[in-house]
Amino acid sequence: MSGTIIKVKSPLAEGAVESFRAGDVVRISGVLYTARDAAHKRIVEALDAGQAPPFELSGQIVYYVGPTPARPGEAIGSAGPTTSCRMDSYAPRLLEAGLKGMIGKGNRAPVVVEAMKKYRAVYFAAVGGAGALISKSIKSCEIIAYEDLGAEAVRKLLVEDFPAIVVNDVLGGDIYETGRKKYQRL
Amino acid sequence: MRKIEFQTVVDAAKELCARSASDLPADVERALAAARAREISPAGAEILDSLLENARVARDEKRPICQDTGVAVFFIEKGAEAVVAGGTLTDAVNEGVRRGYEEAFLRKSIVRGPLDRVNTKDNTPAVIHLEEVPGDRISIRFMAKGGGCENMSRLAMLTPAEGREGVIRFVVGAVDAAGANPCPPIVVGVGMGGTFEVAALLAKKALFREIGSPNPAPALETLEKEILEKINNLGIGPQGMGGVTTALAVHVLSHPCHIASLPVAVNIECHAHRSAEVVL
Ligand code: SF4
Repeated sequence: MSGTIIKVKSPLAEGAVESFRAGDVVRISGVLYTARDAAHKRIVEALDAGQAPPFELSGQIVYYVGPTPARPGEAIGSAGPTTSCRMDSYAPRLLEAGLKGMIGKGNRAPVVVEAMKKYRAVYFAAVGGAGALISKSIKSCEIIAYEDLGAEAVRKLLVEDFPAIVVNDVLGGDIYETGRKKYQRL
Repeated sequence: MRKIEFQTVVDAAKELCARSASDLPADVERALAAARAREISPAGAEILDSLLENARVARDEKRPICQDTGVAVFFIEKGAEAVVAGGTLTDAVNEGVRRGYEEAFLRKSIVRGPLDRVNTKDNTPAVIHLEEVPGDRISIRFMAKGGGCENMSRLAMLTPAEGREGVIRFVVGAVDAAGANPCPPIVVGVGMGGTFEVAALLAKKALFREIGSPNPAPALETLEKEILEKINNLGIGPQGMGGVTTALAVHVLSHPCHIASLPVAVNIECHAHRSAEVVL
C-alpha cells in the first residue's frame, strides 16, 4: 500500500493498466458493467458463436455484483462484490476479447492471472460485505441485457470514486499473497 | 395447549428477515471495533473502518449491509404445548420470508434446483431446523447466510486417532484454503462429533452464540482460543489483504459420536453476520 489514492477512469485508456501495482488503492470513475456467473456463461456462448457480446468489451471493467433491488427514487440497492473464483472459467475468454479490468473479491485461478499478464489486464477487489457503503459511489444503473436473470442481469453503472484495491497486476503481482506473507506468524 | 396464530408466525419471520438485513448485531459490531483497535496492518485497519462505517450507514439508512441477503436459515424451538393455528409452522415461516424479502427490498438468491438454476424469485424455500422442547413457546432464531462464506465451509470424517490435533489442523486448514473468499474477518462455527449431518448442523448452530461470550464447556473454550490464535496467525487479514484479524471468533459445539468416528464440520460465516431472535 502506497498510501496515495490513484484516480482511474473507466473505460480504461490504452496502456492505462500498465502502471497499476498490486496493493494500489484506487477510486474508479466512469462506466462499469455488471456480470456474475450466469451472465458470463451467456457472454462466452455469444463470443463462441461469433455473436456480439451485450457490450463492447474492449477497454472495459466488469464488476462482479448482484445488487439488492433499488428502493423507489434510488439508483441501486446495496452493491458489494461477489466471489470472483466463480467467474474464473469464463474470465480468460473475456480478457482475450479486450476486457481490461475485473472487480470482485477473493483469489483468482492461475489461468486467470496468466491471462491478465498475457492480455494486459488487472483485477481489483472491492470490500466484500460493504454493499451499503459502496452503493453510494454508484450514480446510475441501467439493465442492458439478460433481464430474465434478475439480480444477475447485465447492468451498466455510472460510478464516481468507486473504492477498490489492485489485487493482481500485469506483472503477476498479488496483494493477497504478499499481504499475507507480511503478517503470518508460523 | 397454547394457540399461536399462523399470521403471528408470518409477521415474526418477516420482521426477522427485514430487520437483520440492515441491523448488524451489537456483538458483531463490538468485535469489529475491537479488531480495529488491534489491527497492525494499515490496509487491514482501513478495511475494518469501512466495515464499521458500512454497518452505520446500513442501520441509519435501512439499507442491506451486504447485497447478498442470504439464504434464510431458521432454528426453531417449538414448545410441546404450543400449536400453530391455521396452518403449519413451515408454511408460516416461508410466507414470512416471502414478504420480508419483498417488502424490505432484499435480494432473492434461491434457485429451485442446483442444476437448472431457475430463481424462485421470493427467496423461498427457507432452511428450517425444528426442534421440540418443553413449554408452550416458540423461539425462532434467524440467520441470513451468505453464499460466499457458506461455499468455503468444509466437513471431514476424521479418525479418532487424529483427535484434538486433527480437529485443529482441519479447521485452520479450511480457513487457510478459504483465503480472501469468505470476506474476512470471519466467524468460524465448528461442529464436532455426532454423525455426518449432525456435525454440519452443529457447526451452523454454533454461529448463533454471542461473540465474546465464553463456551460453557471449559475444555471447548480452551480449544476455541487455540484455534482462533492459529487462524489469526495465518496473516490473511481483513479481506485477505494481510493483517492480524482473520477471524473474530471460533465457536465450537460438540456431541456424542460412534466409537469409530470423529466427524468435524467447519461452517464459515462472514463479518456480515446477520442474525436475530424472537420468542412467541
Ligand atoms: S461472504 Fe458475507 S459479506 Fe461477503 S458477499 Fe457474501 S454475504 Fe456478503
